[in-house]
Amino acid sequence: MKKYLTRKIIIYLITFFIAASLDWAIPRLMPGNPVSLIVSRFAQASSGSASQASLVTKQMFDYFMQAFQLNIPWWEQYALFWRNIFTGNLGISMYLYPEPVINIILSAVPYDILFLLPSILLSFWVGNRIGAWAARSKKADNILLPTFYILTSVPYFWLGILLVWIFGTLLRVLPMSGAFSYSMTPSFTFAFIFDYLKHWILPFLSLFIVSLGGWAIGMRNMIIYELESNYSRYMGSLGASQRLIRKYSYRNAILPQVTGLALQLGTIVAGAITTEIVFSYPGIGYILFEGIMNKDYPLIQGCFLFIIVGVLLANFVIDILYMFIDPRVRIAYTEG
Amino acid sequence: MARLLDVKEYKVYYQTLKGQIRAVDGVNFFVNADEVFGVAGESGCGKSTLGNSLIYLKAPMRYAGGNVILDGMEISRLPDEIMKKMRFEKISIIPQFAMDAMSPTKKIKNIVVDLVREHDKKMSEKDIIDLAIKRFKMVGLSENVMNMYSIELSGGMKQRVVMVISTLLNPRLLIADEITSALDVSSQKFSVEMLDEFKEKKFVSSVIFITHDISVLYQIADRIMIMYAGHVVEIGNTEDIVSKPLHPYTKLLISSLPKMGVQFSQNRLTGIPGYPPNLLNPPTGCRFYDRCPLRIDPQKCKNEIPPLVEYMPGRYIACWAYTKGNDKNG
Amino acid sequence: MKLSERLKRWDVLYFFLTNNKFKIGIGILLFFILLSVIGPFFVRYTPYEYAGAQASPPTFDHPLGTSPFGYDLYSQLIVALDGTWLVGLIGGGVATMIGLLIGFFAGYKGGFWDELLMMLTNILLVIPTIALLVIIASFLNSRSVVLESVIIGLTGWPWVARAVRAQTLSLKSREFVNLSKISGAGTLKIIMEDIAPNMLSYVFMVFILQFGGSILAIVGLSFIGLGPTNSVSLGGILQDSVLWNALILGYWWWMIPPGIVITFMVASLYFINMAMDEAFNPRLRST
Repeated sequence: MKKYLTRKIIIYLITFFIAASLDWAIPRLMPGNPVSLIVSRFAQASSGSASQASLVTKQMFDYFMQAFQLNIPWWEQYALFWRNIFTGNLGISMYLYPEPVINIILSAVPYDILFLLPSILLSFWVGNRIGAWAARSKKADNILLPTFYILTSVPYFWLGILLVWIFGTLLRVLPMSGAFSYSMTPSFTFAFIFDYLKHWILPFLSLFIVSLGGWAIGMRNMIIYELESNYSRYMGSLGASQRLIRKYSYRNAILPQVTGLALQLGTIVAGAITTEIVFSYPGIGYILFEGIMNKDYPLIQGCFLFIIVGVLLANFVIDILYMFIDPRVRIAYTEG
Repeated sequence: MARLLDVKEYKVYYQTLKGQIRAVDGVNFFVNADEVFGVAGESGCGKSTLGNSLIYLKAPMRYAGGNVILDGMEISRLPDEIMKKMRFEKISIIPQFAMDAMSPTKKIKNIVVDLVREHDKKMSEKDIIDLAIKRFKMVGLSENVMNMYSIELSGGMKQRVVMVISTLLNPRLLIADEITSALDVSSQKFSVEMLDEFKEKKFVSSVIFITHDISVLYQIADRIMIMYAGHVVEIGNTEDIVSKPLHPYTKLLISSLPKMGVQFSQNRLTGIPGYPPNLLNPPTGCRFYDRCPLRIDPQKCKNEIPPLVEYMPGRYIACWAYTKGNDKNG
Repeated sequence: MKLSERLKRWDVLYFFLTNNKFKIGIGILLFFILLSVIGPFFVRYTPYEYAGAQASPPTFDHPLGTSPFGYDLYSQLIVALDGTWLVGLIGGGVATMIGLLIGFFAGYKGGFWDELLMMLTNILLVIPTIALLVIIASFLNSRSVVLESVIIGLTGWPWVARAVRAQTLSLKSREFVNLSKISGAGTLKIIMEDIAPNMLSYVFMVFILQFGGSILAIVGLSFIGLGPTNSVSLGGILQDSVLWNALILGYWWWMIPPGIVITFMVASLYFINMAMDEAFNPRLRST
C-alpha cells in the first residue's frame, strides 16, 4: 500500500515538474521576445501621442523584462521560477494591477469547487447508473445509446448557451450570469444560498448533462462485457438472479470507469472553463478568459499552474480511492 | 437402476448471423442414479455445449428440439423462473473456466453467501459460511480462503473452491466440464479423488464428466459416451469402450492413445486424417463419413444418418455397420 | 479456413449496410460534406463584410440572419465549416500518426521502451490538454488554422498511443506473429506485413474519434478567444455571439446554428465509430 502510494506520488511530482517547466518554457520558446510581444500589443491598444506612447512603451518594456526576469541567464530564471512557486509568488496581475495573481485565483477557487465537484460526481454516478440500465435492455438501449453519443458531441459551453437562452431569455425563470445577484453579499443566510443556487443550477446542468453521456456509454459497454464474462455465466448456471449478476457486473465495470474519471478530468476542466465564460461565473475558467482577453500573461500562467495542481490532486485522490475499490491493486502491492 | 437423467433427441444450435451451427444435433442418452457418466470427444464435438445447455441455456445457444427429463421432470423448456430453482439445488456444474469463474472483486465468502441466499433466504450467513468451511477443509483448504479474493488463489485452489461451491447445496446431478484439462497431473488426480469422495458422501448423486481425455475417464467413469460433430456415436461401460471399441471413430480414438495418461491433441486428432465437418451445413448422412475408414455401405453412409441403436445390452452404437442387415462387422 | 474468413468479412460488410447507426452517421456526414461543397455557391458576402440589415433574423436574403454589425451569418458559417474540416483532418491525422508510432513501438518492443514511453504518455494524459493549448496559443502572435490543428494533434496523441499499444499487445500474442518470428523476419517486416494490416480498421476508428475530438478542441479554444487569428471559426462565431450579448438580446440565429453544426458533425463521426465498434465486436450489438 505504501509502495503504491510512493510510486504514485513520485509520478505526480514528475508530472508537475514537467507541466510547470512547460509553463515556464513555452513563452520563452515562442518566436520573438514575449515582452516585446506584450508591449507591442499595449502600444497598439493605447492611444495618445507618439512620444507619450514610446515613453510608456519603454517603461513597460523595462517593467516586463524585470517581471519576467529576462535580463538574467536562463538557468537563473528557471531557479527563480521554482522559488517563486514554492513561496506562492505567481506575480502581479497586469489587468487587475496591482493585485497578486495568487489572490485573484484563490478568490475564485471556492466557486470552482462548489461548481465542479457536484457536477462531476453526480454526472459520474447518474451516468453510470443509466448506462448500466441501458446495457442489455434492447428497447432502452436503442434510444439511449444514440442519445448519449449526441450528448458527448455537444460542446459543453454551447449547451450552456442553449440553457441560458431557454431558461433565461425565453422563460425568464433563472438568472443568466454571475454566481449571485449584484445586490447580494455572500453570507450564510437563506436568501443568499437560495440566490446562489439559482445562479448555480444552469452551469451545473450544462456540465452535468454533457459528461453524463460519456459515462453512460462507457458503463454500457463495460457492463455488456462483464455480463458475458465467465463469472456471470457461472452465477447464472447456479441459478443467481439477473439482479445479483448485474450487481456483480457493476462492481467490476465501475473500476475502469473510475480510471476513466481520472483521465477525463482534463476534458471536463476544459468544458468547465468554457461554461464559466458563458455564465460569467467567477471561477478560474472565467479569470483565465479575462486574462486571455486582456493579455494578462502572469494571470494566464498562474491559472495554468492552478489547473494543473487541481487536476493532479484530483488524480491522486482517485488513485487512493481506486486502491480501496480494486483488491487487485492492494494485493499486487502488498505481495510484491 | 433408476435413471436420473433422460435425454431424448435433444438439439441445441448456436444462432449466428451466418445461420445455425448445429452443435448438438439430436442426442439420446441417459444417466443412472449414482454413477459417473463420462462424455468424450474432440473439441468442437458438442460435448461442452451439451453439458452447459442442460443447466443454463443462454444465447447464442438456442433450444432446437427434444426432451431432457431430470428426476422425472421435463426441464428443457422450463420458464427461467422455475429453472433457476433447479440450478444449484438439483443440477449443478463445475465449469470449464473454473479459473475465472469467480468475480475478482468479491471475497469468496461473499460469493458463497450471495449464491446460496439466492436459493435459501432463511439460511443464516453463519450457517452458510460454516457449511462452506467444512467442505473447504475436506478438499484441503483452510478457512482463511473465505476471506480471500479469487485472484489470491492458485489454479488448483480455485478449482477446489469452485468444486465446493458448485456442490454446496447437494445437487442430484453434477456436470463436470473439462475440470482436469487446465491442471497438472497431481492436481488432476486430486480433483478426481475429491469428486469420488463427494459422491461417496452423497453431496452429489451422479456426475456427467466431460473431457477430451479418455484416460481420465478410465479412472473415474462407470459408463462412457463418445460424441462426434454433434452426434452420439457410441455409449457403453467404460471397460467395454476402452478394451473393445466398436464404432470406427471410437476405435481410432482409443488407438490414438499410446499409453494411459497421455492426452491427445485438443485441436485435432493426430491419428485420423481430415477435419470434422462444418456444423453450419453438416452433411446429410453420417457425420464421420469423410474420415471413416470403414464406410460399410458408402451410399447409405453418405446419405442417411445412422440411428443410435442398442447393439448389445447396455451398448449403444450409431453406425450403419451395426444396424440390422449390415451386421457383418461385429 | 479461407471460406470462413471470407464469410466473416462479408458478415461485417453486411452488418454495416444494415446498421442504422452507420446509415444515420454516414447520412449526416455526407450532408455536411455536401454543405461545404455546394454551400459556397450561395455565399454572396465575405465573412466580415457589411451585408445590410443589422441583427436580422433569417430571411430569404440572409438564410441564417445577420449579426448586429450586419455580417451575413450564413457566409460566416460556410467559411468556418471549411476550417473545421481542416482541423479535424490535420489534428486527427497528426494525433493518430504520432500515437500510432509511439503506441506501436512501445507495445511491440516492450521492456524498457514500453515503460518509458507509457510513463511519458500517462504523464501527458494527466496534464489537461486545454491548459497546454491555452499557454501555447496565448503566446503565439498570429495563429493559422493549420498551426492550431498541428498543436491540437500534438496534444492529442497520448490517447491514441494507449489504445494502439493495447491493440498491438493483443495482436503480438497471436500466432501469425510468432510464425513470422520463427521464420526469421525482422521487426519492421513483421510490423508492416502482419500487424499493420490487422490494425487498419482499428486505427481508422481511432482516427475518427480524434477527428471529432480535434473539432471539439478547436471549438473550445476559439470560444475562449484563442482560435485562428486569420479566419472565421465556429467557436469564434459563438464567442462573438456571447460577447455581444446575443443571449440577452435573444439573437438565437446567431448562437444556435453553429452549435447544431458542431454537435451533429461530431455525433455523425461517433455514430460511424459506434457502428464499426459493433461490427468488429459483435458483443456490443444491442440486439
